[in-house]
Amino acid sequence: MQYDEKRLTRIVATDCGSTTTKAILIEWVDGEYRQTVRGEAPTTVEAPLNDVTKGVINATQELEELARLKYNNPSIKFMENGEFVIPRQGDVGVDAYVSTSSAGGGLQMMVTGVVKAMTGESAERAALGAGAIVMDLIASNDRRMNHEKIERIRQLRPDMILMAGGEDGGTVKHVVEMAELVSGADPKPRLGTSFKLPVIYAGNKEARQEIVEVLENKVDLIITDNIRPKLEQENLGPARDKIHDLFMEHVMQQAPGYHKLMTWAMGPDKENVPIMPTPAAVGNIMQAIAKEENIEVVGVDIGGATTDVFSVFTEEFIFNRTVSANLGMSYSISNVLASSGLPNIMRWVPFDIDESELRNMIKNKMIRPTTIPSLLEELVLEQAIAKEALRLAFEQHKEFAVTLKGMQKQRDISEAFSQSTSGATIVNLMTLDLLVGSGGVLSHAPRRNQTVMMLIDAFLPEGITRLAVDSIFMMPHLGVLSEISTKAATEVFRKDCMIYLGSCVAPVGKGKIGKPALYAKLELPNGTVFEETIPYGEIRLIPCGAGEVAKAILKTQGGLILDENRNRELTVNLHGGVVGIVLDTRGRKPFELPTDVPTRVALLKKWMRELKAYPESILV
Amino acid sequence: MGQSYSAGLTVTESTILRKERILPLKGNVIAKKGDKVKGEDTIAETLLPGKVVPINLANKLGVTPAQLASMVKIAPGQQITKATVLAETKGLFGLGIFKNEVRSPVEGEVESVSHITGQVLLREPRIPVQVKAFIDGMVTEVIPGEGVVIENKSAYIQGIFGIGGETIGELKVLVRSPDEELDAGKIDESCRGKVIVAGSFIHYHVIDLARKHGVRAIITGGIDDQDIKKLLGYDIGVAITGHEDIGLTIVCTEGFGKIDMARKTFELLCSFAGKKTSIHGRTQIRAGVIRPEIIIPLEFTEDELVSLEPSLPILEPGALIRVIRQPGFGKIAKVVGLPEQLTTVESETRVRILEAEYEDGTRASIPRANVEVIES
Repeated sequence: MQYDEKRLTRIVATDCGSTTTKAILIEWVDGEYRQTVRGEAPTTVEAPLNDVTKGVINATQELEELARLKYNNPSIKFMENGEFVIPRQGDVGVDAYVSTSSAGGGLQMMVTGVVKAMTGESAERAALGAGAIVMDLIASNDRRMNHEKIERIRQLRPDMILMAGGEDGGTVKHVVEMAELVSGADPKPRLGTSFKLPVIYAGNKEARQEIVEVLENKVDLIITDNIRPKLEQENLGPARDKIHDLFMEHVMQQAPGYHKLMTWAMGPDKENVPIMPTPAAVGNIMQAIAKEENIEVVGVDIGGATTDVFSVFTEEFIFNRTVSANLGMSYSISNVLASSGLPNIMRWVPFDIDESELRNMIKNKMIRPTTIPSLLEELVLEQAIAKEALRLAFEQHKEFAVTLKGMQKQRDISEAFSQSTSGATIVNLMTLDLLVGSGGVLSHAPRRNQTVMMLIDAFLPEGITRLAVDSIFMMPHLGVLSEISTKAATEVFRKDCMIYLGSCVAPVGKGKIGKPALYAKLELPNGTVFEETIPYGEIRLIPCGAGEVAKAILKTQGGLILDENRNRELTVNLHGGVVGIVLDTRGRKPFELPTDVPTRVALLKKWMRELKAYPESILV
Repeated sequence: MGQSYSAGLTVTESTILRKERILPLKGNVIAKKGDKVKGEDTIAETLLPGKVVPINLANKLGVTPAQLASMVKIAPGQQITKATVLAETKGLFGLGIFKNEVRSPVEGEVESVSHITGQVLLREPRIPVQVKAFIDGMVTEVIPGEGVVIENKSAYIQGIFGIGGETIGELKVLVRSPDEELDAGKIDESCRGKVIVAGSFIHYHVIDLARKHGVRAIITGGIDDQDIKKLLGYDIGVAITGHEDIGLTIVCTEGFGKIDMARKTFELLCSFAGKKTSIHGRTQIRAGVIRPEIIIPLEFTEDELVSLEPSLPILEPGALIRVIRQPGFGKIAKVVGLPEQLTTVESETRVRILEAEYEDGTRASIPRANVEVIES
């Protein structure tokens, strides 16, 4: 059901994250939808409160306070007696309340397939696309012994299982064998002991009868269309929809306070609006951007516990999402250190710090996840850790976002010499048009220049790439809002959510420090001209405001290239943004930092100063 | 001005506790409603399903699953020993010459036999599991087949982080003040079976000594990250703990590094020295937060067992707070103002702050997110 501005004049949307519940207010103001105020409060799924709605109330109270201040109107309020007043009556109430959720660990799933790299990965893609964390992928050929698989299924306690395997008319035996293992393990759901674990079967349709016989008495079995009906075809939609239905029916019902929250979420006609898993909502919005603007997009959402990477590549707009379950900035911050190693974090830090002090600081952030860096030095350290978390999450994404494996591919003579094979990554930084960051450390960085620095250092964009950030982390809110008003969601998205930071120009190849690398001549809209031959190993930031375009002539030297066609000379329009245009001649493939500490620190300071990332006090 | 909710850890000399003690799988609940139980008593027990052993009989005998049907000698539900023949071929010309057979590698029961895959699942004997009361108290509710609810009156302290499972011992304070580091010289045989209290910090070698002297648990203000790594043999990536088997339980009340134990926590522990204490290090910071607990059961009468509505720690002028991040990590202060507008702090982050007055009378602006309310 979609509503227009006659029915929707004031909306509260929340995202109940694992750390913080974030609320935004969207209003119809002067003939357009705008996001007007935001509030937040710690998420309250833990004891003693054990009720997610308390955090929602607290975040909404902050919204009310800020709205009263903004409009200088003390009678504004959205809730009465601890519940939303819907629909709005003058100053009191709202027309709709919608929410996403990843609190309580989000949606945790286990998936199974026959061949790990084929039906197994398709099942994983379906689960990830539906917003789940995939705890494990169990496949007939995953090299574990059957008894080990059974033990693993028993230990995991997922919220649900998705079983795939076999193309239609293909193997029955292996699919049934997997069902026997699941049946033998007799898995129990993570939350609630009184109901059966939901298991979705989305494999070979010829095996359905046998699957029912093996599983129906042990689990709550739901059958849907085959996820991989043919080797060269993936059909993820039906399985994804079933996952969402079950998420609402089973998982949400068990989490503390969600039963109440689900009744709160409704439109102006008091018809309930389903609560969406946060990543599913972000995925909705990401795909909408790619299709609307016909571009290739990478999006990242770095949270407290996990980092999600979304990408839309190729002419078919192939969407992929990965969750790096243990890479995040609070709960999982310590794991970033364990995964990347201390030297990889320290390579981004322009000052000395005692190792044990840093380790204890990271652990303290882990156990007190809602604290924020008040000191500049701690901010720099957190942003260094964020670069590593983003880098690692993107590495995982590139390995996962690949062409369908196992396809027989007919090649003509022109393709015979190319390197493309089935299973190759489709993430191509050279053709990437837009890189969007979101999540606390990127969206709330005190200077947008820091966000630009983190995105460039972590993702190492190649060629010409636009950079943007979700201004105050409202992509999830807008993803779920689009369920009742696409108009409100897209208007707010364009006007308030997406902040274009600028563009990055990064020639690819290796050069010698100090030798000429890039000649750039930029004519800016205000008439000024930037012209320089930039040596290798440097960064330049040229101010060019949001909505502005610079006419640029770019010429590389020393074998560096600028685009997928290996051009060394381009005349292009470069989009500006709130930060500007970054010319980065530090090299790609490889990008290397000096190992010698004083040299590296000096370079970091130079780049940070050029990017205006930090106050001078920390760079002297 | 105003007030707002703030996360905090509970430290109280008396509260009514309500603990669910639940079996991992349904089983037999021994305790009855109204029973007075001790922490060491078993209140429920069950048999966990034994390990499942899959064997593909068709592959073992070199036949197809369809052919296997006539060769299988067992049926689902049947008890088996290691000698039981699961399936055998008829041999040459059906005369039993050169016949192949597959015997069970385990004792237990036949779970299933599949004629589609040729696979048989055998289940080993069940494994007994017991759930103890953990705290002295009264059984106020029995959840049939699952466990019980035990209530009591206790002095109660939540830690911030811990390692090691549930244990019970007598409380022994080994330092004179909350800012003292525990010295190795204080650990001796008198500590055996005790829950010992350190002050601001405990070194690895002192923990190791405590372990050798049979200490059951250590309560400390701070601990070093690298010492935990040495104890466990690995680095903790995500804070999900409580399952470690390192010979004792450790509960940290403040955090990592040398941090004075909050005075209130220390004084409370001192006032209960010598008392029986139930303690665990279980910590889970995501997915339904669990914090380590120190529980000192008190005498109570049944009519006292009325749980209070959980109250939100409120940040308001006059509230006592603890700073939980630099600068001033660990310091105690009093809230003197709660300005509503956003304020820029040193890192240039714009946040909601509070005005606070430290114990020495100096004042500071602190992000609200970086404090916790000390409940009084």
